[in-house]
Amino acid sequence: MNCIVIDDEATARMIISQLCSHVPSLNVLEEFPNAMQAIKYLNQKEVDLIFLDIHMPDFTGFDFIETLKNPPKIILTTSDPNFAIQAFEYDCIVDYLVKPITLERFQKAIDKAESKQNKPATTASNAEKVESTSGNDLYVNIDRRLIKIDIPSIYLVEAKGDYIQVKTEDKNYTVHSTLKKIEDKLPDSLFLKVHRSYIINIQKIIDIEDNSVLIKKDVIPVSRSNRPELMKRLNLL
Amino acid sequence: MEQPNQTYINSLSGDDKAFKQKLIDVIKKEFPEEKQVYFDNYHAKNYKLAADNVHKLKHKISILGLEKGYEVAVAYENNLLEGSANQKDLFEAILTNITKYLEEI
Repeated sequence: MNCIVIDDEATARMIISQLCSHVPSLNVLEEFPNAMQAIKYLNQKEVDLIFLDIHMPDFTGFDFIETLKNPPKIILTTSDPNFAIQAFEYDCIVDYLVKPITLERFQKAIDKAESKQNKPATTASNAEKVESTSGNDLYVNIDRRLIKIDIPSIYLVEAKGDYIQVKTEDKNYTVHSTLKKIEDKLPDSLFLKVHRSYIINIQKIIDIEDNSVLIKKDVIPVSRSNRPELMKRLNLL
Repeated sequence: MEQPNQTYINSLSGDDKAFKQKLIDVIKKEFPEEKQVYFDNYHAKNYKLAADNVHKLKHKISILGLEKGYEVAVAYENNLLEGSANQKDLFEAILTNITKYLEEI
């Protein structure tokens, strides 16, 4: 399989290429320190497999995947196991390697990629999504553990860069995910995105004033474009 | 205190001494750069960026076999994301330890 390696860390690129050298069926064509250079390369050439770091500045591994019309097989490489659930939403991702990668674990990932070699890949848009919700529960991956959160207890979700903060009655959780991903998992009947950085549980609203809502002790801005939908959802007297 | 080691590097290198030396050279080059970026961001109170830097440094910490150090880095990264510097001293002691180790090998 012809492959490329995308990682902003030279040490990581070197290790992955060394691991590839132990597998006769792998041929490393190029290494790239960022996703943009790889995109330019892939506009010219086809590859069978990409080793892709998720956590890169400016353009994450998931952003990169979204740019590919016909993605090849992808093996994610990361120092962060918290991305595992998100990874399973992409059919093109065949495995997920947590650094530092051992040869044994690497070989398993290659075996998976080879077993999928003849199957067409798809992106998240047409792939079957793995649900991480079950009834009233939402499972989030934190420090290699899947933590169960009772969905109705969530009163606020706030975007914070590459992370979201999920606030519940009892506890707050910082999760490596996006607002869009969690929005898809939360029931529309309870939750509403009121701002590009906030999703609220409308049952937990205390009061609304002009362009903000008070929810618990948090004052949350409401975008002008989201205000009509919020007002529509309220049982106004 | 837990000490860095070359167990992982040796397992990766096997008998390939040239690769091992090249890898150590790359780590010696990258680590001080990544460490400096972390300090710059921390002192500028850019905690989110500092958390990204800690995230990247985690790989070097794990390559050098510092299992407890890795756990400290994970916790510190999460703390920085929440605007807290809890575990800063522990984390920076790990960086100092690695710096000394890389100077010796």
